[in-house]
Amino acid sequence: MSETSHTIAVRGLHKGFENNQVLRGVDIDVDKGRSLVIIGGSGSGKSVLLKCIIGLMRADRGTVEVDGRDIARHTDSDRRYMTQRTGMLFQGSALFDSLKVWENIAFRLLNADRKSRKEARDKAIDCLAQVGLSPEIGDLHPAALSGGMQKRVSLARAIASDPEILFFDEPTTGLDPIMSDVINNLIVERVKALGASAISITHDMASARKIADEVAMLYQGRIIWRGKPEDLERSGNPMVDQFVHGRAEGPIKMALRRS
Amino acid sequence: MNIFAITGSVTLDALRETGRMAVFAGRGAIASILGPFYWRAFFSSLIRIGFTSLPVVGLTAVFTGAALALNIYDGSLRFNAETFLPQILGVSIVRELGPVLAALMVAGRCSSAMAAEIGTMRVTEQIDAMSTLAVDPFKYLIAPRIIATTLALPILVLIADIIGVYGGYLVAVYGLDFSGPVFIRNISEFLQNRDVVSGLFKAGVFGFLIAVMGCYYGYRSRGGAQGVGAATRTAVVAAAVSILASNYIMTSFLVEF
Ligand SMILES: Nc1ncnc2c1ncn2[C@@H]1O[C@H](COP(=O)(O)OP(=O)(O)OP(=O)(O)O)[C@@H](O)[C@H]1O
Ligand SMILES: [Mg+2]
Repeated sequence: MSETSHTIAVRGLHKGFENNQVLRGVDIDVDKGRSLVIIGGSGSGKSVLLKCIIGLMRADRGTVEVDGRDIARHTDSDRRYMTQRTGMLFQGSALFDSLKVWENIAFRLLNADRKSRKEARDKAIDCLAQVGLSPEIGDLHPAALSGGMQKRVSLARAIASDPEILFFDEPTTGLDPIMSDVINNLIVERVKALGASAISITHDMASARKIADEVAMLYQGRIIWRGKPEDLERSGNPMVDQFVHGRAEGPIKMALRRS
Repeated sequence: MNIFAITGSVTLDALRETGRMAVFAGRGAIASILGPFYWRAFFSSLIRIGFTSLPVVGLTAVFTGAALALNIYDGSLRFNAETFLPQILGVSIVRELGPVLAALMVAGRCSSAMAAEIGTMRVTEQIDAMSTLAVDPFKYLIAPRIIATTLALPILVLIADIIGVYGGYLVAVYGLDFSGPVFIRNISEFLQNRDVVSGLFKAGVFGFLIAVMGCYYGYRSRGGAQGVGAATRTAVVAAAVSILASNYIMTSFLVEF
């Protein structure tokens, strides 16, 4: 089967909440060492899609294959299989506010891999440096950080244990343009240097162009366009066009009341 | 909607909730028995639940013991049985009031705190984040709290028993002219091991219930600050009611032996 050559293969994924069908048959795949960027309007279900793939939400229908194993049935062993090899950056950072920054970053090393505190701390400080934060930050609590700093700590936490598969939900939102670029480089380096596979969500077109090997647009619960980032400008798809250029007028109608 | 439909759906909801709670308690108990254990999380729960509850439990016990001594004296005077005050006081505190009052005080402090902490972690996706970091939230968040509360409550109750009896002693000796040594002798000769042990056993069960209710409502909370607030409120009420109900059930079994 050709399916097994993909690291991640999603087929016909459906997910709804009471009277709100969010995903209506999503098909995507990511190969080893490749980076996929998903774009799409606010509320179009990008975060839900990511959570279904990583196994935090149970899809209503469809399959999610990771290295050839279907994990959509969402059993405990499926989830363990998945979490062993993935790292995720949450849109809202989701840092543990009762732990210090370095303990957040080293959470997995300390509590799942049972590394010594010394070793875990060294690794955490190293990861902090990679996201442009100084070692002193490690001893603060997350509440003492700005939103952008929290996001970077969360990124450091996602990559700290060198996972094979990475999920980034809006990694650069809330960062200044320079720091965004640092983070973009970091993501690219992770995928290229470590051979990880990545799925990222972003609204930031510059970031999408930089980190994507491939871009997919989610609209009305389906992937309506896939292509190379260079082709975003000339996709020939009016919806993608409107999105990329950020125009209020076009086929995508925002639910606004015009007065 | 007609009355039958309403009754039916309310009953079904209640059954469903009870079932979920039982499954949760079972998962929590299993996670507490099987490893891996998170000792740091356990000790910090133990300090927060056990140690910091000491003052409030001690105060409750001393005042309850004191008031109880007055009431027993007043009531037993009516049939000239006031010399039995130490014995009655001892049994009431050790078998009933110590465990129940200490558990209710701890429930008020700790079920709510657990529901709020875990609930906030739920609505800010910290629990989701934890599972993506290959750490089972049941083992890291819930099992330590269950073990800590189940172990701490019997110890707290033992202390509450002693302080409660001491409260009664103060009133009896300094207010009602009992002889101190006689009071102590009467109470210690009269109390049996099973009086104390049954109280401590109940305390362990109450501890388990306090942690399960706090964690369950926190773990299931949805929808931001309001959801966490609702979870906190429900957790305290559920813990208190389950303490009182299980107290009656356990007592009715324990008095048979
Ligand atoms: N737990 C949930 N319960 C009910 N509905 C939900 C839940 N999570 C998401 N939704 C709904 O699913 C839809 C998609 O949400 P999602 O968070 O995936 O959007 P998104 O594409 O990530 O948007 P954004 O770019 O703003 O982050 C929304 O309409 C949202 O209301
Ligand atoms: Mg989102």
